[in-house]
Amino acid sequence: MKHLLSIADLDRAAIEGLLDLADHFTEVLERDIPKVPALRGMTVATLFFETSTRTRLSFEKAAKALSADVLNFNPSGSSLSKGESLKDTVLTVQAMGTDLMVVRHGAVGAPARVASWVDCPVINGGDGAHQHPTQALLDALTLRRRFGKLDGLRVAIVGDIRNSRVARSNIDAFTALGAAVTLVAPPTLLPLEIGSYPVSTSTELESILGDLDVIYLLRVQLERGSGPVLPSLPEYVARYGLDRRRFGLLGKEAVVMHPGPMNRGIEIASDVADDPRALITDQVSNGVATRMAVMFRLLTGKGQP
Amino acid sequence: MIAIHNARVLTPDGPIDTDLTVREGAVNSLSAGQAETHLDARGALVGPGFVDLHCHLREPGFEWKEDIRSGSKAAAAGGYTALVAMPNTNPAIDSGHLARFVADRGRAAGLVEVAPAGAITMGRTGTSLAHLDELFEAGVRIFTDDGVGVADAGLLRHAMEYLAERGGVVAQHAEDAGLARGGHMHEGVVSSRLGIRGLPSLAEEVMVARDLALVAHTGVRYHVMHVSSRGSIELVAGAKGAGLTVTAEVTPHHLSFDHSRVETMEPGFKMYPPLRTETDVTALGKALLNGTIDAVATDHAPHAPHECEVPFEEAPRGVIGLETAAAAVNTAIEPAPMTLFEKMSVTPALIAGLSGQGRWIEEGSPANLVIFDPDASWVPQGFVSKSQNSPFRGVKLRGKVMATIFCGRITYQALQ
Repeated sequence: MKHLLSIADLDRAAIEGLLDLADHFTEVLERDIPKVPALRGMTVATLFFETSTRTRLSFEKAAKALSADVLNFNPSGSSLSKGESLKDTVLTVQAMGTDLMVVRHGAVGAPARVASWVDCPVINGGDGAHQHPTQALLDALTLRRRFGKLDGLRVAIVGDIRNSRVARSNIDAFTALGAAVTLVAPPTLLPLEIGSYPVSTSTELESILGDLDVIYLLRVQLERGSGPVLPSLPEYVARYGLDRRRFGLLGKEAVVMHPGPMNRGIEIASDVADDPRALITDQVSNGVATRMAVMFRLLTGKGQP
Repeated sequence: MIAIHNARVLTPDGPIDTDLTVREGAVNSLSAGQAETHLDARGALVGPGFVDLHCHLREPGFEWKEDIRSGSKAAAAGGYTALVAMPNTNPAIDSGHLARFVADRGRAAGLVEVAPAGAITMGRTGTSLAHLDELFEAGVRIFTDDGVGVADAGLLRHAMEYLAERGGVVAQHAEDAGLARGGHMHEGVVSSRLGIRGLPSLAEEVMVARDLALVAHTGVRYHVMHVSSRGSIELVAGAKGAGLTVTAEVTPHHLSFDHSRVETMEPGFKMYPPLRTETDVTALGKALLNGTIDAVATDHAPHAPHECEVPFEEAPRGVIGLETAAAAVNTAIEPAPMTLFEKMSVTPALIAGLSGQGRWIEEGSPANLVIFDPDASWVPQGFVSKSQNSPFRGVKLRGKVMATIFCGRITYQALQ
């Protein structure tokens, strides 16, 4: 594995290998001194051309827990705002000496493009509506730690699936690991050409809640770049919002997930978000271990620490 | 005087194996005469120089991408002897003096006939009519806001009424702005998986259908630029069946590639309209051969290399095509020689009203000629154009331009 650009590039064994490694790093993170010297002397650059809090911090924490040095890049106030191209920016960072780049960008394929220009491994930290592979891995890790395996798990992904890189990478990861995925959204938020995906779909949420092990909620916005996709947010909340009553329709073992940032009161009611069966903070914790695993694999080539 | 030996000459009566002599800008005889320059065609076709209904020469305003001289050189290398230059320059060609500037620059370069197209609306902003009379007086026959469609049907109706009376052609870049908004590639299986917003075929078909209702009402000569979808082909076929004065063009890239190419994320596969499905590609080839589509046009759209070293969604619109067009068409649909030249020279010259172009070869016909070997294979690597954004780089093509003659002078020569 030279880069991590898309879950679609990984087979089941490769995904499971990374999850095994991530499992190990969750133990490391529970130690008194949650740090190992694996990447000492190496430099990781986090190049977030699109704003992010949790993902950038998570990568930074992961790199530091592996004893790597971290270079952070902030597009506002950078030479990017003076018109420097993406290519020149990454070549400049490379020339300073970096061993790995994490790239988030609003344009699909930007991390792959960067990977073609630089010599070091590149991790896709989210590209447009395309892929967010470390999110999918941390979500798979969260489910595997909760349920033991994903085979046969019934997962619904609810919300703005059409415009979601999280949904695209999670569909790839969950189905590769044997889960049965249902996409739930109004027609304007379902992916086009849905028949080409290995999933089922529903434009209705309530009737399927009792048959789920996992409900995975996505952030919803009224406006997208292509114009309004919903009549109004209250109408969305009325049909698709996970409130306390609908939460009660889920099976007793079912869990709630959300990649963040949440719109409390829209896709998820505030009390549901704070319920013990909402795994949202587990997802965040597992994100650090997952990113440690990916960086470790890319920089050492090893499947075991 | 130029003598061409061992040629398969495309005459009004079909191909004839003969020699050919050019003198003072005209074909002097279909035999070998006295000449200073001798070209051995080695059995290749000699036909009327290609005529491009649709190219972007970028001058004035975007000379770092291409200019009229560099575009003319690229055209000569592609076997062209005439070009219709699109008006989406800066400033847009919306007034007579600007059209004259383009034509004059073309004459100064002297490598092809450069016929300026004029804008339909001032500044191509879609709000008021361009100086249509002035443009017509300056020789413009093709009117278009290419790059965008004319969204306002009321304004377009007025342009059509005006140009129907004048005898101009309304050429539409058919793309409904609402349906196309934010799109970077064909809306379909590939765009859905990549998470790239798509331009549906509907964006083209909706505007063609609307325009055809206006054409029926106004009687204007209407030309659909770069047809890309099977649905648009059906609309054009229906309009022709109903007797409307409608023509259509297709690009070599739409005949050659489908949207799966975008998976490479190479900006060389980004253009508007986008590459569509395999079904569309097949339908386009069939429509070109059966006459529903009248002509091949390149939509040569140069962008500088540094502008293309960006993620796909940020890449500029369009690809170059002048140097590969004939070979690409020959490779994609394997037309008979007369058909290839009908689609790439004779018919486009008629649509653009260029009387010195696109004439089957006989004694006295203008010496705007191309020597084209339909059996020679080659792999394009670099290009004469200032820009290099070609989807055909590295693609094996069959058919090669061996020499181009414009006004009796050799403007390109690959032959020894």
